Amino acid sequence: MFKVKPLLTSLFVVAMVLGTLGGSVMAQEEITLTMTCRCVAGGVNNNLVVWLTTYVIPTFEEMMAEQGKNVTVELVEFGGSDEQLKEQYALDLGVGGGYDVFAFDGFWIPEFVEAGLLQPLNQIAGEAVDEWEGWEHIPPGIQAIMSYRGEVYGIPAGTDVREIFYRRDLFEQAGIEMPWQPTSWDELLDTARQLKDAGIEIPLQINAGTSMGEATTMQGYFMVLLGAGDHMYDFDEGKWIVSSPAILDALNFYYTVYVEEGLGDARMQLVEDGRNRSFEAFRDGRIAMLVEGDWFWRSVLVREMGVEDRNALVDWAMMPAREPGAGYRGQDFVTISGGTGWVLNPNTEHPQEAWELLAYMSSRDSQRAWELIQPRINFRDDVPVAGDPVMTAMAEALLPLTTVRPMLPEYAQISYEAQLMTERVVSGEMTPEEAMAAYAEAVTELVGEENVIVIPVE
Amino acid sequence: MEERSAGVFSGKVGAAFLIPALFFIVVFLIFPFVWIFYLSFTNQTLTGAAAANPQFVGLANYARLFDFERWMRAGEFGSSLWITTRFVLGSALIGQAGLGMSVALAFYRRRGFLREMVYTLAVLAWIIPEVVVAFCWWAFLDWRSGTLNHILGSLGLGQPDWLFDHPLLSIIIFNTWRGAAFSILLFSSALETIPPSYIETADVVGASAWQKFRDILLPMLRGHVLTDLILITLWTFNVFTPFLLTGGGPVFRTQLVSIYTYRTAFKFFEFGKGSAIAVVMMLINLALAMGYLTMLRRRRVTA
Repeated sequence: MFKVKPLLTSLFVVAMVLGTLGGSVMAQEEITLTMTCRCVAGGVNNNLVVWLTTYVIPTFEEMMAEQGKNVTVELVEFGGSDEQLKEQYALDLGVGGGYDVFAFDGFWIPEFVEAGLLQPLNQIAGEAVDEWEGWEHIPPGIQAIMSYRGEVYGIPAGTDVREIFYRRDLFEQAGIEMPWQPTSWDELLDTARQLKDAGIEIPLQINAGTSMGEATTMQGYFMVLLGAGDHMYDFDEGKWIVSSPAILDALNFYYTVYVEEGLGDARMQLVEDGRNRSFEAFRDGRIAMLVEGDWFWRSVLVREMGVEDRNALVDWAMMPAREPGAGYRGQDFVTISGGTGWVLNPNTEHPQEAWELLAYMSSRDSQRAWELIQPRINFRDDVPVAGDPVMTAMAEALLPLTTVRPMLPEYAQISYEAQLMTERVVSGEMTPEEAMAAYAEAVTELVGEENVIVIPVE
Repeated sequence: MEERSAGVFSGKVGAAFLIPALFFIVVFLIFPFVWIFYLSFTNQTLTGAAAANPQFVGLANYARLFDFERWMRAGEFGSSLWITTRFVLGSALIGQAGLGMSVALAFYRRRGFLREMVYTLAVLAWIIPEVVVAFCWWAFLDWRSGTLNHILGSLGLGQPDWLFDHPLLSIIIFNTWRGAAFSILLFSSALETIPPSYIETADVVGASAWQKFRDILLPMLRGHVLTDLILITLWTFNVFTPFLLTGGGPVFRTQLVSIYTYRTAFKFFEFGKGSAIAVVMMLINLALAMGYLTMLRRRRVTA
């Protein structure tokens, strides 16, 4: 009998020990957060992958471990286009799935919110959001990038500006004086003609067509339209301008560049992967002037050329209005800003931890680490552009002149119609007049007669 | 119970065996069809206000598809249908069936290395996954770095931009290459069933090759030809792979109806309008299939 007792006791002890072990494992519940962006190691937005995988994720996991939480962050790289990423998000969120934290273009927010696919940050993660220290360091104009109708849906990652990038070596070859800054469309086109006479294959490339998606609207159509004096949307009246002398001027500019004089390569605007081809052509010295966003400078050119070659070979100029003072709001030069950010998935199983990751990424320390990897216009006023005087100069010259897209759910469809309008002109399928009429018809159908403005063309 | 069933099982057991199949047909075929039919009368979208509160819009989606003022404009439904028609005629009827018949006849009653090679390659082209095939063709046809233009260039011939200047021709050739194996195999095995004595008799009376084809082979193959044509017509009408090659462009020049549906529903998330296109496509498929069945039945009656 007394032999059985110790056995029972030891079994009891073993059971106790196992029990506590089990308990502590339960307390250390493993949490996996997933995040995604249009970023691939060694490919598009490589810097973002570097920052996330070498700084953000390891230090965040460490910080969580110190708080006694076992959190793993998994980055899923997305290599497709922005349009494909948006498609993926809409389908994921539509069925209640998707990643916990994901990069998001600000102008997609209205249509996703209207469809009930996104929720305000403080509804997902509660008070912690409102109490975050970062908000007071993000200027209201920048917060607006990720807001809609007074609610905040994400934390911005930064804003951008658009300009003309040109190849110094090709300009030298054509005998054009530098630094170069055209003050009217005529001057810009004259430079292009000069380059063409000097044997440069593609003097000026400015985005058009549907296959480049939003890059056409922002880097192409808006840059010309604002230069002709109009915006797509009349913010005072709250209506869309669907037909006007400025739209016709903009289309005629495209017509001159691509159809009449062949100063740009229309083919590149019509093929599937035209934007990447335009990057390569600029790198290889086949394009002399390319209208692009500062992303091209800080990300694409670094990847394609390396920083040293970039700084030696490439310079930039502001996009001029049709003639001095003829631009939007009477400006001499024009640009437009967009902005991206990060949002939380309303379907996340770990809203608190997901928010903590987002807040951590957007903290001053994380953003300083980011600036060292890729200097850009930061969204935080306590984080300066680090060590890139060109980037700083672009921001200083262009931010005061900039404007934004209307944050409206119907914008994406109207933007597509604008891309289609430029495509019809550069492909030679329609004249500028016909293309504008087709645009007016399509947009009126989308938003209704009462929401459009037609300014007669003399 | 009086009626004697010829089957192995009783009626009840047979019905029990049918239930799983019926269940799947209802869930995966009939329900989606009814759902799509319903959606085609709404303005349902995936994003924007209409996603949360879709409205009944009657026949508006259909009216927009058949708005004849715009319908032949690049990117619109009518122009897509016209492109699809040319694509089906070129790649299915002329390309696959024509090539299939030629290859089958060329190797009729022959054996050997060449035949094995041609058949193996054709079947390979048929079974390789679509994405791989599309990538290979893209690498083959690319303007500046494509294999084809390298070959043409070294021969001193021109280097046309295939996917840009001849996009429809490119996808027609692509789809012919891709799908010819089916017709080759079908026609070859059909030819095997013709008794050799027929041809030998014709040889004795000195019939020409064309006469033998027209008066002996073709009449005996008519059923197979019909089956082949209708199957590849339906497949080609619905095929989506060219999207991987051209994305429907440039300027919508290769936007087949299947690509048009995809763009509407999944690029612009207009599920209502996309469903309307899908319904029209289904009706066209149905009409093609009916035509086929009627022809088969008529043939059986006259035979």
